[in-house]
Amino acid sequence: MRAIIQYIQSYLGSDQTPGAAGNMFWALVYIMVVFAGLSVAVIAMNWLERKILAHMQVRLGPMRVGPHGLLQPIADAIKLLLKEDIMPSEADGFVFWMAPFIVVLAAFTVFVVVPFGPTHAITDMNIGILFMLGVSSLSVLGIVMAGWASNSHYPLIGALRSSAQMVSYEVAMGLAVVSAILMTSLNAEGTGTLSMIGIVQAQQAQGEWFIFKFFPLGLIAFFIFAVAMVAETNRAPFDLAEAESELTAGFHTEYSGFRWSLFFLAEYSAMIAVSSIAVTLWLGGWLRPFPNFLSGATWDRAFSLFPGVVFLLFAAMCFYNAVRMPKHPLFRIQTIGLAGFGVVLGLIGLVLFVPAVSLRVQDIFWFSAKIAGFMYLYIWYRGTFPRYRFDQLMQMGWKVLLPLGLGVLILTATVALLQQRIWHP
Amino acid sequence: MAPVATPFFFYLFAAIMVIGGVMVITRKNPVHSALALIVALLAQASIYLMLYAPFVAGVQIILYAGGIMVLFLFVIMLVSIDRSIRERQFNSQWVVGLIAATALGGLLIAVYTKGTNIFPEHALSVVENDNTQQVATMLYGQYMFPFEIASLLLLVAIIGAVVMAKKRI
Amino acid sequence: MESILHITTLHYLVLGAALFLLGVIGVLTRRNVVIVLMSIELILNAVNLNLVAFSRMWGGLHGQIFAIFIITDAAAEAAVGLGILIAFFRNKETVNIDEVNLLKW
Repeated sequence: MRAIIQYIQSYLGSDQTPGAAGNMFWALVYIMVVFAGLSVAVIAMNWLERKILAHMQVRLGPMRVGPHGLLQPIADAIKLLLKEDIMPSEADGFVFWMAPFIVVLAAFTVFVVVPFGPTHAITDMNIGILFMLGVSSLSVLGIVMAGWASNSHYPLIGALRSSAQMVSYEVAMGLAVVSAILMTSLNAEGTGTLSMIGIVQAQQAQGEWFIFKFFPLGLIAFFIFAVAMVAETNRAPFDLAEAESELTAGFHTEYSGFRWSLFFLAEYSAMIAVSSIAVTLWLGGWLRPFPNFLSGATWDRAFSLFPGVVFLLFAAMCFYNAVRMPKHPLFRIQTIGLAGFGVVLGLIGLVLFVPAVSLRVQDIFWFSAKIAGFMYLYIWYRGTFPRYRFDQLMQMGWKVLLPLGLGVLILTATVALLQQRIWHP
Repeated sequence: MAPVATPFFFYLFAAIMVIGGVMVITRKNPVHSALALIVALLAQASIYLMLYAPFVAGVQIILYAGGIMVLFLFVIMLVSIDRSIRERQFNSQWVVGLIAATALGGLLIAVYTKGTNIFPEHALSVVENDNTQQVATMLYGQYMFPFEIASLLLLVAIIGAVVMAKKRI
Repeated sequence: MESILHITTLHYLVLGAALFLLGVIGVLTRRNVVIVLMSIELILNAVNLNLVAFSRMWGGLHGQIFAIFIITDAAAEAAVGLGILIAFFRNKETVNIDEVNLLKW
């Protein structure tokens, strides 16, 4: 018993990730925390997407289930789990059964290397970014399997479109990533790194996020990645694989109930995964904004108050809406529920003001906040951009993004070389 | 960090690879074969990790499982497979083929049993932490010329594939 | 028991040999071109496994570099092979390798 407690405690003082320290217990804890956080994030995304889209289109969105439709995703989840799981009689049973699990597995396994903080990652791999790109590209296999196994026209066309799209945009994505990795090698030894934590630490050491590095080269690389990652996740405006007007629902037309919800889960967690790649490579990962010209202990203190303030703002929003609720007896439970939710958020905010807590949590907070920004962008794209035609999509990928990526890569290498040889010999 | 339970994982992945390989050559439906091959390739990537070759494992996943096999599945979907499933699966010389393969297997067994002193137990542990950096140094240093030739090979392959597969150029 | 539980280079070599044999059997006996191509991938992978195992055995990285080159080669081979397959299927409406016999006299 004592040995177990000692084993658990031995990690606490460590400045490594649990995977690197080889501590099984904390690795499992981190896996569970990441998994739970991801599920909550997907549920929250579901609600937020419907709400934000609705407000963009001057509608109200879900309003009935819970205050302001807050419980709508839970109701949806229950509905999906209780639905009948239909398998087409002509379908290839095993492949049809397997496909959603492969997609989900690919989307979730990626999070093994996502660095939420210098020590807050399940593990840190020497090939971190390669692993992320590789495993997230496995989801295309699941999509192809789903489309083929359904033995129906729309899913097959959807799967063909989706796989062609994902394979094409992976090239541009890879080039953008390489030009960011190149920037990590601008140190005394001249060796870069592929490890996710190492990439953020390189940005910390250089005192600059890679999006601003060699302006505008870093920005262009980031732009290429930002376009490619939307295409990679099959989201609007590149959602040809599931274009409702043409293909009903694309590769998951024949899926229903639980299996369909797995595709849904995988889509949203893949969105979070590619956003976390973008955040790690260009937006400084867990680093707070303005690390260079708002530096110093005072600014550190000021920025460490941020997480608490944000949660208090959420709480205030809840109270404001609770006061604005209709004063009808039917709405009493909803009003109390909303106020209670506000109290919970406010308490979390207050706890985050404790210096010991905020010191440990602020890395995670900044990382999540940046990802949340990307999630908002995704919803914004969906609300505003019209869908591309397929030949336009291919043209965009191969004739615009790929040459642009090559050019940026060559220019970045040239400028980096010049900087090392001439400016700092 | 010392590897945990190496024999267990070795036999697990080895079994997955062999079963996957058997499924590749016995399934009627090429899609099932391709999926079995993907599973075998992923198991092989794990074996590379056990051999302290993380970069090769990453390349294996990203190129083989994520690239080449998607190409295979794509082509299988383009060509209609209904007819080939209903046909005979093995050719008329399959007995000769099996005999030849058995002879080759016998040769390999002979080599591995007789020649234990040709394969001394070295099992040096390569430093894992900067494997990628070392591979990069070698690839862009000592193996610069082969690397360029490999890129030329890929260029030729691209042109060849386009010439073959496109109806009108 | 000791030789079973203590994983040495030989174990990897035997695994590679098994994969290689499976690939050879597939190439020699199957009629479907797609599966023949996949068997060739199996053979290449068996070679790769051996190379990486030897690289671990000698403590150098040359084997891994060769494995990377072979993976590049496999990509080129798959692209050209599948291109030929598509051209062939377009002309003869079959993927049976026994019917690739126009040069036979």
